[in-house]
Amino acid sequence: MALHKTVTQNKIQYHFESDNLELSEPNKFKAGDLRSEEMILNVGPQHPSTHGVLRLEVISDGEVIKDVVPHIGYLHRCFEKHAESLPYNQVIPFVDRMDYVASMNSEHAYAMGVERMLGITGLPKRVEYIRVLVAELNRIASHLIAIGTYGLDLGAFTPMFCAMRDREHILRMLEWTCGARLLYNYIWIGGLYYDIPVGFEDKCSEFVTYFKPKLKELEDLLINNKIFIDRTANVGVLPLDLAINCGATGPMLRGSGLRLDLRRTDAYSVYPELEFEVPIGEGKMGTVGDCWDRTWVRVREIEESLRIIQQCVTKLTGEHKRTRDFDPQALVPKKIRPSAQDFYVRAENPKGELGFFFRADGKSDIPFRCKARSCCFVNLSILPELTKGVLIADLIAIVGSLDIVLGEVDR
Amino acid sequence: MSDFLNIILKADDTAAAVPNCTPVTFLVTSKKLTEVAHELHVNPQTYFDQLSCVTGIDNGPDTSTMEVIYHLYSIPFNLSLALKVILSRKDPVVPTLSSVWKSADWLERETFDMYGIIFERHPDLRRILMPADWEGFPLRKDYKEQERYRDVQVKY
Repeated sequence: MALHKTVTQNKIQYHFESDNLELSEPNKFKAGDLRSEEMILNVGPQHPSTHGVLRLEVISDGEVIKDVVPHIGYLHRCFEKHAESLPYNQVIPFVDRMDYVASMNSEHAYAMGVERMLGITGLPKRVEYIRVLVAELNRIASHLIAIGTYGLDLGAFTPMFCAMRDREHILRMLEWTCGARLLYNYIWIGGLYYDIPVGFEDKCSEFVTYFKPKLKELEDLLINNKIFIDRTANVGVLPLDLAINCGATGPMLRGSGLRLDLRRTDAYSVYPELEFEVPIGEGKMGTVGDCWDRTWVRVREIEESLRIIQQCVTKLTGEHKRTRDFDPQALVPKKIRPSAQDFYVRAENPKGELGFFFRADGKSDIPFRCKARSCCFVNLSILPELTKGVLIADLIAIVGSLDIVLGEVDR
Repeated sequence: MSDFLNIILKADDTAAAVPNCTPVTFLVTSKKLTEVAHELHVNPQTYFDQLSCVTGIDNGPDTSTMEVIYHLYSIPFNLSLALKVILSRKDPVVPTLSSVWKSADWLERETFDMYGIIFERHPDLRRILMPADWEGFPLRKDYKEQERYRDVQVKY
C-alpha cells in the first residue's frame, strides 16, 4: 500500500507543475489508462452546483458519463477528534457546525442521545414541544435551501429568492430564541437554553398563515414548471432495493417509495402525540425514485412540518402554556458522567438518519469515542450508482437532488 | 435477544452478547464476520437490510486492541442490532462487508482513513477524508500529527 509514499515537497505551492497538480489532487483514474474516447473532467471543488466543496472526478465519453468518483474532505473539521477531548455538553456547538442549515435537528438528536445514556427521562412536556417546534422550523428552512438551490442548479433563478425570503423569516425567529441565526446551541442536555420569547407562539402562527400560500406559489413556480419537470423526471432513478442496500435515508429513501420516517418508527420526543403524514414518492411525473420525486417529497414534508408547528403552538399556548415557575434548565445535569456503556442514538434529520455512537468509560465527563453517522455522507456515496450512463447536465441535476451539506459529509 | 444469538451462532459458534450496549451487541470473530452478516441479511426472521454505521474504536496502546462496531437496521421488522469485532492493534485486518451492503464501501473507507484498519477485499480502499499523502491515522489514541505537510506547518 503506497500510503506513506514520501512526497517531494514543492517550493512554491501555487506554481503550476504537471506532477504537482496530480499529487496535490490525486485522481482515482489515470489519464493514460483510459480508452481513447474517454476523458477525465474535473467538477469542483469550488463550484456553486456542487453545493459546497465537493470535487467530482468524472470519466466521460463525450457527453455520456462512464464513472463518477466523488472526492470529499475539503471541509473536514475533525468533529470526532474534538469530541474526544471535550465534555458532553461542550460538544453541542460542534454538532451545530456539522449540518449548518439544520442545527436544531442535529442538536436535538445529540441531546436526546446523551439524556438517554444518563437515564434522564420525564423532561417537562413544554421543553419537548419547544424542541419539536424549533426543529420543525429548522426542517422547513433546510428543505427551502434544498429546493431553492436545486432550482438554481437547473437554471431557475427566481425560486431561490422566494425560498430564501421565506427562510429568512424562520432564521429571524430562531435568532429571537437564542441570538444566533444558524448555529444555535439552544437545545441543551436535559433542557433548553431559554424558554421561547414572549410572543413567539403568535409569530409562529402568523408565519404558518403567511407561508402556506407562498409554498403553493413556490410549488407552481418550480416543481410544476414544465422545464423543471423535463429536467428532473425520469432522471437519476434510484430503485428501492438499491436505496435500501446503499443505506439511503430521509427524503432519498422516501422518494424511492418507502414510508420510513424515524419520527414515526422510533417515536421519540413528542412525535407520537402529533399528527403528521409521511409522504413518499409516487412517480407522478415519471418513475418512482427520480429527482422530481425526491424534490416533491421535500415539498410535502414542509407541509407536514407546518402541521406539526401548528399543533405545537396549540399545545404551547394551551395545555403546556407559559408559567412563571417554568425553568427550561431544571433538569440540566451539573455533571454529565454516563455509566460505562456503548450507545447508538438516531433521529430523523431533514436529510436522513443522523446517528451518534457514544462510548462512555464511566470514569470521565468526556466521551471515549463519539462517532457521527452522517446522512449526507451515506447519501452521497450512492452518487456513482446513480450517474452511470447519464449526461453531464443530468449529473448536476442528480447531485442537487441528493441535498447534501458538505459540512455534514466531512464533519 | 436470544433469537438473534441463535441466528448468529449458526454462522459463528463463538459469538456472545456484550453487556451494557444499546442496541444489543454481539461479539463475533473477524474470520466469521462475513458469514454472520450474510446470515443476518438473508435470514427471514431478521432480514437486516441496512448497514447504518461503521465505527472504529482504538482502545489505546495499553490494551493493544482495536474494535469495529457495525450498526444494522432491519426495516421490515424495525429491529436494531450491532456487531462488534475485536482486532489486534498491530495488525488490524477485518473482511469487508461491502459484498453484503453497498453502504459499507464508504463507511469502511472512513474507518480505514481514521484508524488504519485494513478491510480485506474492499473494492476501493483509499483515504476519503484526509489527503491521500497524509501520514498516520488521526483517530488513533497515540496519534501525533506530522510537523509539515507539503511545506506547510501543521501545528500552530
